[in-house]
Order: sequence, then C-alpha cells, then structure tokens
Amino acid sequence: MTADAEPGAKPDATRRALLAGAAAAGAAALVGARPGSGRIQEPAGSPTVPADATKVPGAPTSALSARAPFEQPARAPVGQVTGSSLTPIHQLSGTITPTDLQFERHHNGVPAIDPARWRLLLHGLVERPLSFTLADLRRLPSVTRIHFLECAGNGRTGYRSPQRELSPQQIDGMTANAEWTGVRVATLLAEAGARPVARWVLAEGGDAAVLSRSIPLEKMLDDALLAYAENGEALRPAAGYPVRLFLPGWEGNTCIKWIRRLEVIAQPNMSRDETSKYTDPLPNDTARRFSFVMDVKSTLTRPTFPAVLERPGWTELSGIAWSGRGKIERVDLSTDGGTSWQPAELQGPVLDKAHVRFTRMWKWDGRRTALLSRAVDETGAAQPTLAEFRARRGAGTDYHFNYIRTWVVEPDGRVFYGVDL
Amino acid sequence: MNPHGRRLAVSVVVAALGCGPGTSRRDAGGTTEVRSAVVPAPAYGVGRPATAAEVAAWDLDVNPAGDGLPPGSGTPARGAAIWAARCAACHGEHGEGNERYPRLVGREPSVGFPFGRQLRHARTVGNYWPYATTLYDYIRRAMPPTAPGSLEPDEIYGVVAWLLAGNRIVAANAVIDARTLPEIQMPARDRFVDDDRTGGKEFR
Repeated sequence: MTADAEPGAKPDATRRALLAGAAAAGAAALVGARPGSGRIQEPAGSPTVPADATKVPGAPTSALSARAPFEQPARAPVGQVTGSSLTPIHQLSGTITPTDLQFERHHNGVPAIDPARWRLLLHGLVERPLSFTLADLRRLPSVTRIHFLECAGNGRTGYRSPQRELSPQQIDGMTANAEWTGVRVATLLAEAGARPVARWVLAEGGDAAVLSRSIPLEKMLDDALLAYAENGEALRPAAGYPVRLFLPGWEGNTCIKWIRRLEVIAQPNMSRDETSKYTDPLPNDTARRFSFVMDVKSTLTRPTFPAVLERPGWTELSGIAWSGRGKIERVDLSTDGGTSWQPAELQGPVLDKAHVRFTRMWKWDGRRTALLSRAVDETGAAQPTLAEFRARRGAGTDYHFNYIRTWVVEPDGRVFYGVDL
Repeated sequence: MNPHGRRLAVSVVVAALGCGPGTSRRDAGGTTEVRSAVVPAPAYGVGRPATAAEVAAWDLDVNPAGDGLPPGSGTPARGAAIWAARCAACHGEHGEGNERYPRLVGREPSVGFPFGRQLRHARTVGNYWPYATTLYDYIRRAMPPTAPGSLEPDEIYGVVAWLLAGNRIVAANAVIDARTLPEIQMPARDRFVDDDRTGGKEFR
C-alpha cells in the first residue's frame, strides 16, 4: 500500500515551477520576471531567430505542432510511478487545458494497453453479461461534453504545508478542463439490461493498481461517460487510453482510467480507495464517505506567485472557477484583503461542471494588499473562508479543499500565496 | 464479486421467455429482489455475450459480505514470513511505514477518532479501516506494487491475518479464511458516515 503522494510537495516541483514561471511572467504586459531575482533562472540558451522574419522563408509543414521555443510550460513533478504531476494553471489562458499539460495521478504507473486487445466486461446484476471492443463503443451513439476533471486531493499542499512560495500549479494544479467524447454508460447498461435490485456499479481499471470504485447506479444512468477521446483525439495513455470512465463533477479518482470492468452490484464494495482513502475525516470524530461531488472553487491564476508586478497601474486579474454541482453563478474579487468585493466578468459561455475564466481590471496603487476570489455556483454554494473551512472540515481533513485562496502583493511587486492572512 | 452470479443463467432464461408476473427472493445481502416480467431488449445489439470464463478471470473483487473470497486460509504466524519477504521492505518490519509508504499497524489513539481535528496519528488498518474484507480485495489486486497479483490465496490470507493480529483485532493464533474474514468487526467500522453535502448556502 503506497503512500497517497501529496501533490506538488517535492522540491523538484518548486524548481520546475519557477523555471516555467519565468517564461509565463515575461509574456504578460505588467507581470514580468523580477529583475535580479536569484530564484528565477533563465532557460539555458535563447532560441535562434532571424533578425527580420519577413526577409527569409519560414519553416516547412510538419506532422505535429511544437510549441514556440520561447514557451516551456510543463507539468511537475515528473517521474512519479505512484503519484502526481500537476498542471501549470498559472501559465494557461482561457478554459481548455492543453492535453499534454493535463495533470496526472497514477496509482501504479501508466499501463501500456493495445487497443485491439482491450475489452470492457459488463456483468453482475444484468440480464446479459457483455464484452465490448473499442470498435463496439465507437459504433454506439456518442456524446461530446466540456467538463473539468479534478483530483479530490487538489489543494492539500496549500492547506497542509502552506508556504509563501507556492504557485497555483503547486496548490491547485490537479484540475483540468477538456472536451470529452464517448458513450454514455446508460447506453451500455441498456444493452446489458440492469436488473431491478441493481444500485451500484463497481468500476475497475486495467492498470497495475486495478483501481476500483463503487459508483451509484443513479450517476451511471445520469451523465456518466465511457470516454475514448479528449480534445478531439484518442485519450493520451496517461489519461486512460483507450477508454476511461468520466463522471462529470465528481472526484477524479472515481473517473477510472484504463477501464476494463463494470460490475453491477447491490451494495458498494468498500474498496480501499473508498474507505481508507478518499474519505474525509471530520472534526466530529466521523469520516465522510462517498463524498463524490467536487465543491465550488476558484483560484486566481494571474497575478500569483512566482509572478512579479512590474509597477503600479492597471493590470488584469484572471483566474478559473468551477463547481461539481453545476454552473458558476458568479465570482467576486477582493483587492483589499477581503474587506470589499466586486464582481468579476465571466468569460462565456458558462458551462455546467466546467472551468470558467473570470477577469477584472485592477489598478494597483503600489501598496501591500491581498487579492482574493470567491466563487458561487448555481445552487447558491459559495467558497468558505479559510477559517470557516477549518472550523467545519478540520485541520486533518484530507480532500475537497475549496476554501478561498489569498494572494499577497508586496510593495516591491512580488506576489505570494497568502498563508499568513 | 456478484453474489447472484450462480443464478444468472436461470435469470436469462426467465427474461428470454418474458413469462410470469415477476418473482421474488432474498439474496445474500438480505435485500429482496423483485423481478420484472418484461426485460427490455437491447437497443443496438452491440457487444457479444461474455463467457463465464471471461467473467471468472476478471471478477476478483471481494465485498464486505465476503463474496469473492477464495478457498484457503492464513494465520499471523504463517503471514509473518510472507510479510518479511514481500511487504516489509516498504511498510517496515512491524508495519510502521516510512516517509513514503504508510504505516499500517497502530491503534493510537486509544479513545476517539480525532483524525479530522489533527494530524498527529497515522491512519492505519487498526484505526481507519472500516472493513476487513477490503484488505484481501486490495492486497490481491494491487500488492506488492512491483509484482501485483502475484500472491497466492494462502499468502494473502496470511498477510491479512498478520496485519489484523498486529493491530490487536484478532488473536495471535487466529485462522483467517472466507468464513472468518467477513465476520471481523473493525474498530473504525461505525465512524464512517454518508456524504451530507447537498450544495446550497450552508457549507458542510
């Protein structure tokens, strides 16, 4: 039983985030790499470009696009067989997470699976136990939806091990937003014929952890997908190739990757990942189980550590908000440490259970202050303050860290995670 | 593991005939199943019938009722040798864990369940596992990480017995098998409550 690695806690993550952060910070108008900062290193060697690109032919066509050599966004940390790599959310724009930057969480590595040999077994409390090939799934009616995918433990580092020098990637980089295409689980269940006593479905992966979770049948019949494509192409291996379960708005852990088996059952299996892990110890000497839905949440992504405000004046505040319970209703921003709040602009369309980009222009007066974002979803749920969160969930709680994030701006323009406010 | 598996062939026949006003019976979990008379036909006929061998090859999970537990048995004494050879390198000689791999043995604190309030105590098999059957289920498919699925039933029962004895949940001479494992009442069993979050204004 390996440790549930804490996201972003490795020293390696810090170094990589700083490296990557320098490139992003330099690209923003008022948000530049801090001159003379010993912490931010320049990438080794500058890409070669002609003095005047209009005077020489450019590069020919190629099979795959590469990023501009000046842009080096990267997941971190790398090399974790059982563990995570986090999305550099502070370096991204809009709402769709580039596929190759989508965070990873593996429980015993990324399996190599031949799509020709892949099978999905659907059995248990059904009239017709069935075996599906990938070609079978592609013959069935497909649906395409944009949704976020977030690890239940996203935010643990910022709560448990807060430091001023944490980036949004290190704190909240285990969320991604993508367009998912696949077959509704309900379609397959109709083929197999779920029997009346059926209440849950055990979903099991074909990786070396054979990860399994019990999912209520109601969710499976509602909006659950067996996704085979993400952002227009086949899933990447790290995202569950060739097929993963996708449960909109629910803990990433329930969205079983490399799925190979669905067993319709009457009672939950009480697997390790729904008892010993992915439960929420609470201050009242209980632990919450089957806490599937991801709470309403937001974080600023600019300006945030390691960016530095070059000078006082106008700059855009920007971030992402999402809720597992539906659409984001509003996001409010505070630029005075939470004393007053103003509405942010939501960049539409605002989608159900999906990231939405929020922005607001802000004129910094050069003084020390703190920036906060607070999202409210369509059910009326709002992000709690850190104090409210701590009182309700406790110091030892383990998942669903959706308290309001604070970013402190120092008079010299440096921005830090607000651990001391 | 589906406790109804053995009856499935009969069910399919009933469904195919579409006969009768429905039948009732009690299953192993004590719930009553009411069979509807009409089973909808598949809309597309995609996917082929899974064979019993295919189901048996993959249907290896174990539930709290013990469905899925194979024949075989283990004792803490026999499990100690397996533990030393296959588990101790990561989890420690006594299940104490280290900075990377979790502690599995320990009943502290002796009273209460303070894990939500503070981080002083590691969450172990002894203080934070609600069901003993989960041990067999998890170890069989996922442990050890370098060779998952490589332990034989008697070895798994032995490791489970060793862990339960180390956590003072069973006696040092206990025999763990398909009959005894589901009957074990884990110390943390009644600490787990269903999710009460519903959205809306109240933060829970």
